[in-house]
Amino acid sequence: MTTTVTPTVTPRRPWVNRGKTLKDLIPTLLIAAALAALIVNFTGLAGPLGSYVAFVAAYLTVSFFFGLRHDKIKAFDKVMTTLVSAGFFTAFIPWVSILFTVFKRGAEAVYWGYFTSDMSITSGDDELNMGGLSHAIVGSGIILLIASLIAIPFGIITAIYITEIKGKLSGLVRVMIQSMSGVPSIVAGLFVFTVLVTGRGFSAISGAVALSILMLPTVARTAEEVLKLIPEDLRTSAYALGATQTATTFRIVLPAARAGLVTASMLGVARVGGETAPLIMTSFYLANFSTDTSGHPLASLPMYIYQNFTNGTDLALSRAWGGAAVLLTLIFIIFTIARLASGRAKG
Amino acid sequence: MDDATLKTGSNMNTDSHTAPQGGNPLDEGHVGINGLQTKGVHVWFNKHHVLEDISLDFPANSVTGLIGPSGCGKSTFLRVLNRMHEFIPGAAMAGEVFLDGKEIYAPGVDVTAMRLKVGMVFQKPNPFPSMTIGQNVLAGLKLANIKVKDKDSLLEECLTRAGLWKEVKDRLKTSGGSLSGGQQQRLCIARALAVKPDVLLMDEPCSALDPASTLKVEETVVQLSSDMTIVIVTHNMQQAARVSDHCAFFLSDGGPGVIVEADRTSVIFSTPSDPRTADYVQGRFG
Repeated sequence: MTTTVTPTVTPRRPWVNRGKTLKDLIPTLLIAAALAALIVNFTGLAGPLGSYVAFVAAYLTVSFFFGLRHDKIKAFDKVMTTLVSAGFFTAFIPWVSILFTVFKRGAEAVYWGYFTSDMSITSGDDELNMGGLSHAIVGSGIILLIASLIAIPFGIITAIYITEIKGKLSGLVRVMIQSMSGVPSIVAGLFVFTVLVTGRGFSAISGAVALSILMLPTVARTAEEVLKLIPEDLRTSAYALGATQTATTFRIVLPAARAGLVTASMLGVARVGGETAPLIMTSFYLANFSTDTSGHPLASLPMYIYQNFTNGTDLALSRAWGGAAVLLTLIFIIFTIARLASGRAKG
Repeated sequence: MDDATLKTGSNMNTDSHTAPQGGNPLDEGHVGINGLQTKGVHVWFNKHHVLEDISLDFPANSVTGLIGPSGCGKSTFLRVLNRMHEFIPGAAMAGEVFLDGKEIYAPGVDVTAMRLKVGMVFQKPNPFPSMTIGQNVLAGLKLANIKVKDKDSLLEECLTRAGLWKEVKDRLKTSGGSLSGGQQQRLCIARALAVKPDVLLMDEPCSALDPASTLKVEETVVQLSSDMTIVIVTHNMQQAARVSDHCAFFLSDGGPGVIVEADRTSVIFSTPSDPRTADYVQGRFG
């Protein structure tokens, strides 16, 4: 067969309703905006939030009448679509405004030295070009690292007990883990204060123990879900090859679940990274840069924010916002790593 | 009782005893002290009696096919043979299973050591996803902490015996999941072979495969049977006729599954003694 020149065929998507939606959307938007402006002018609604409410109401009305051009069912469909979209955008508002406020206010306090110096010779109401939170970042890192070293192994072992060993007590253990995730953080702090801090003083270790109590249920429950996703076939075929339960669990099941377990651990860290209440009672706060895990208090990001907040002056408040921005960024980074790790598992 | 119980009471070598002892090496091989045999095996799931009085000898170095309609307990019986049955909640059993003359359900038996001798291939190919092709083949050794000096030659030997070596020799370091379904199943066979089992149990190994892959797996099975005892569960009559030397026909008429007839495959497919066997192998039911 000889090769024939095939005519160029351009790919198209006949199912995409292009143009038509836009043709409807722009008039709807314009009329709704005009209507909203009228409402804001002649009623008590004011400010950005009032305008938003007025606009959503106006948009709903306009899209209903636009839909009526066709029939009632179309009109109802339009209104429902608009309601769902409005709900989505409304839920978005607090999220965006928190991020916006934190980073806008936080930016005032942030300069290069903010990440390299501590507050040992600076007071909370000093000018913003002095001092920093290096001590709080390092302190948080140390406390979270120790807490992870305690909570992640125990959490994963608990999950293994429930899903792999399926011991007689696994039902009870699961219920206990679930109820543990309901323990208020301040109760965990108080508990550790009584057991570890009384007589010994504040320390990073006791802070880490308090956080690990809060971290354990998150890690254990997420890890349990991850291990449950591992197909039973893998365990069966490992047993059929003459593997013991230990070999099956540690050489087949855990490697297969590796990415999910990393996610479980990261979620645990992110869960407690911003905890403040238990730290007030356990590791407290230190203005100096330190890496000691015991003997004296240790700074942490939440406590840095809290200390500056209680100082109360404008400059200290700016520092608190700066700390909040740094804390949010770090937790965001941890979540991103967790997402990437779990994404790679699927790929 | 009826004809069926009578047959199961005996073993499938009945007709071999009529042949001169120690004669044809292609015949039954040596049964009894070497190989696998069951005596009066019953199986229950909770109160549900699913298998009744199964006594079979699996002649060494040959292929035994377990045939019968769905739900008659063939796969369950297969899982009794390497003690995988006990993983199912509510499972119970009676009777005895002998491997090389030793009862595998006796107290104190090392179950994992026993399973090293009785390999298994499952219905669905299930290579370990976190391992490469090479690691998959050697997984059994790693899991059982068996040290091997020359891993490369063992790898080649197992993959060759499983009929996969030519296809994968250049990509042993890629993931086992990258293979086709038929290749994955042969990889699982290679994995089972690496620990040098005496017996290989195959639970409908071709039911998830296309005809071409099925043919390759069947060739593999026939080759392996030269020095292994193979028990294969299959729904496919032609497959049983092609690969097996002996056949046991399982049937359940609503009650527990029993062996209707067990004999040489040629007999089962040409002159079965029970009319139900004749009906089944000729495709009149099931």
